[in-house]
Amino acid sequence: MANLTVNGKSYALDVPDDTPLLWALRDELGLTGTKFGCGMALCGACTVHVDGQAMRSCVTPLTAVKGRRVTTIEAVGLDRMGKALQDAWVELGVPQCGYCQAGQIMSATALLKSIPKPTDADIDNAMTGNICRCGTYGRIRSAIKHAAGIKEMAT
Amino acid sequence: MNKPRDLPPAAVFATDASLFAGDPPRQPGRRRFLQELSALGGLVLVAGVPGAVHAADDAPRKYGADGMPHGWVDNPLVFVAIGGDGIVSIVCHRSDMGQGVRTGMPMIVADELEADWKRVRVVQAPGDEERYGNQDTDGSRSTRHFFLPMRRCGAAARMMLESAAAARWGVPVGDVEARNHEIVHKPSGRRLGYGALAKAAAQLPVPSGDALRLKDPAQFRYIGKGELKLVDAHDITTGKAHYGMDTRLPGMVYAVVARPPVFGGKVKHFDAADALKVPGVNKVVEIEGSGPPAAFNPLGGVAVIARNTWAAVQGRSALKIEWDDGPNAAYDSAAFRAALEDAVRKPGAVVRNDGDFDAVAAGAARRISAEYYIPHLAHASMEPPVAAARITGGKCEVWGPFQSPQSARDLVAKRLGMSSADVTVHVTLLGGGFGRKSMSDYAVEAAVLSQAMDGKPVKVTWTRDDDLHHDYFHTVSVERLEAAVDAQGRPIGWLHRSAAPTIISTFNPAAKVEAPFELGMGVINVPFDIPAVRIETPEATAHTRIGWFRSVSNIPHAFAVQSFVGELAAAAGRDPKDFLLDVIGPARRVSPAMLKDDWNHGESPDRYPVDTGRLRGVIDLVAREAGWGKALPKGHGLGIAAHYSFVTYVAAIVEVAVDSNGRMTIPRVDIAVDCGATVNPDRVRAQMEGAAVMGIGAATMGEIAFKDGRVLQSNFDGYEVPRITGAPLETHVYIVPGDYDKPLGGVGEPGVPPILPALCNAIYAATGKRIRSLPIREQLRA
Repeated sequence: MANLTVNGKSYALDVPDDTPLLWALRDELGLTGTKFGCGMALCGACTVHVDGQAMRSCVTPLTAVKGRRVTTIEAVGLDRMGKALQDAWVELGVPQCGYCQAGQIMSATALLKSIPKPTDADIDNAMTGNICRCGTYGRIRSAIKHAAGIKEMAT
Repeated sequence: MNKPRDLPPAAVFATDASLFAGDPPRQPGRRRFLQELSALGGLVLVAGVPGAVHAADDAPRKYGADGMPHGWVDNPLVFVAIGGDGIVSIVCHRSDMGQGVRTGMPMIVADELEADWKRVRVVQAPGDEERYGNQDTDGSRSTRHFFLPMRRCGAAARMMLESAAAARWGVPVGDVEARNHEIVHKPSGRRLGYGALAKAAAQLPVPSGDALRLKDPAQFRYIGKGELKLVDAHDITTGKAHYGMDTRLPGMVYAVVARPPVFGGKVKHFDAADALKVPGVNKVVEIEGSGPPAAFNPLGGVAVIARNTWAAVQGRSALKIEWDDGPNAAYDSAAFRAALEDAVRKPGAVVRNDGDFDAVAAGAARRISAEYYIPHLAHASMEPPVAAARITGGKCEVWGPFQSPQSARDLVAKRLGMSSADVTVHVTLLGGGFGRKSMSDYAVEAAVLSQAMDGKPVKVTWTRDDDLHHDYFHTVSVERLEAAVDAQGRPIGWLHRSAAPTIISTFNPAAKVEAPFELGMGVINVPFDIPAVRIETPEATAHTRIGWFRSVSNIPHAFAVQSFVGELAAAAGRDPKDFLLDVIGPARRVSPAMLKDDWNHGESPDRYPVDTGRLRGVIDLVAREAGWGKALPKGHGLGIAAHYSFVTYVAAIVEVAVDSNGRMTIPRVDIAVDCGATVNPDRVRAQMEGAAVMGIGAATMGEIAFKDGRVLQSNFDGYEVPRITGAPLETHVYIVPGDYDKPLGGVGEPGVPPILPALCNAIYAATGKRIRSLPIREQLRA
């Protein structure tokens, strides 16, 4: 039995407590916005926030989030910065297939909450763990700056 | 467990109201079947015939959508439903894997229909080609094949609404006009909304082809504007979008499969005792493999079924399996490369022979040759293959990310011994496809496992190692180019030997040379102004499943051809851009037949000749915009390449910066594309931007290698793909304006091929080092 607090709600799950958070969210709670991509913290598709920090849920056992606040893509829009990023993603047409974008937005939200006006290097550092196979990186960079209110130089 | 979504209201302008009544993937138990209000469904216009491309000699050959299985359909009663509240539901029958077709295709209908986009909903069609026309979403075909059928569909619906309004008012139809979701009586200014007219309109005959009035393109509201947001953008960014991975059905169980590690292998023996002890594991089932040929059949193996994916994965780890590796147990990438190199150093079957290469070469000032190697690549879509299935009452339903849902349907039906009519394939969003999801082996796995669970819903998930170990891989190739050049260094003879396992081997293991459709991807149909051209195909034997990967054979062919042109330019001491234009020669329209290209991407050679003027045009455009010839900082270089594929012309200029340690970055990529007129230019841009990243990845880091028949890469640590740090800092895309009356070209794939050679040409410009073997990896390090 494992106890879990996700998006402000508490759950008791009848699964081993070494189950990765990802699969508890997806298969047990039906919160499918958090994606499976690699299972080894290599791609970032499964990124969630644990007490506000970006974490890869595919390698985070339920024991590690006991008593901590888990936030997923389904609720990150309640946060002002999360919403600003979601809006920027739509406005700039970031998604192609979109599968990785939940993880991208979670990583970007964590970035802007710690560094409100990131440099390109800050963006690289925060986002390099999130793979987009469609190759939307240019627009991801632009959308982060857009949400952060950073003016891009006209090109 | 599934949250209800916004259901469209009762559709009154539609023959298949059930399709518009809900969201089947999320609401499998709650579909609302609505009254069918029209008997006009029999008017479905199906022009395509399966296999028409290979029709008997006396039958006229069919091209474009006509030549595809089940052709096209343009009946508005199939694609459009209008509710009493005026909500217009438009069916998208093609699969969206990121190319934006769920926005683009309905946008075409909505524009001709004069529908207000804010009141349009998009409904995804299940796999049913007899009803919707061809649904096989690959070959960069959706827009070029369905632009006109979808325009006709929207125009017919608009005219039916106009006729209904004119009848209601008792006025001549010429006095009414559709404007933004209303029909207006021009003399009086009276108006009626679409919702009020839908029921009456549905009773009217569908206007025939001759009577249809298409819009003047100058009046388009959405087409070509690029102002509409993606229909799925909100759901994608809030976690609500439904991908194949996200299917949840009542009582569903979760499966993963241990497949034979070597292609052609089978289970010799397995012991499931430990797997069954893992908490949450329900059952262990052997899946029977099939083949050769591999075709689209499951590879077989041992499946573990559990209460959640993690328990299934744990159970699989506890399986003890002894494999019979079969005939490919010795497949080794290094040895195979050597075999391909041997093959291209000897003559192969001649597939094109213009002039007399040997005679020209004997009299040439100089002969230059080079060999180029590209290893296998894996699609590695972020969403690996996944499918869910259940069987009830002798019928099977499947949910998943399928590029070719009719194919999935037929495969499942065949495997289960059902008729295709008893199989329903629901198409979710695709978390990437790139060709992998045209091959629906995973749909069959889900169906077989549901059958083994007495019809219970089962979702089979491929983990990343499954995906990389058991892909239908992009082929591996060695391309040997030889040019005979004159005293000025200009080629007068061209010999290209291309050796690569063919995709046909997946269906016929005896096939050992590239098929016409592979040769027609940039090796046989090079439109160069060279008097003697000989193309040969030495043999290559496949030892794994070879499949379609975005841009397919264009990738190795363009890499070799456009790198070699760069090498010839350097040998001649000429500017690479000017030299490339010189080799292409003057603007002219070349018949594919003249190039011995019988395939021509399935398009009519008359409507789609190879237009060197357009190829020159994109080169000139990109060179101008990128500032070709400008002064660059030390260590920087520009490279150019151009390639014609999927009846679209693309030229790219890549700028690289290589530091003294051999570390490379890519400050900028410029891409010019001439795909004819565009429906959604923002998505054309997006496809080119993404193609640049995928091309850079293939060039710099992509490699699937085999040893002892097994793939060596298991995840994104071994099989690297670009991250944000490896992407170009800037990508600029220039779209050549097109004419809506002229044939359209493809967009999803043609951006990739020129990127690899443009990058390698840029590296040469920056460093003097010529890259002939991909991936580049550490080759630039001192």
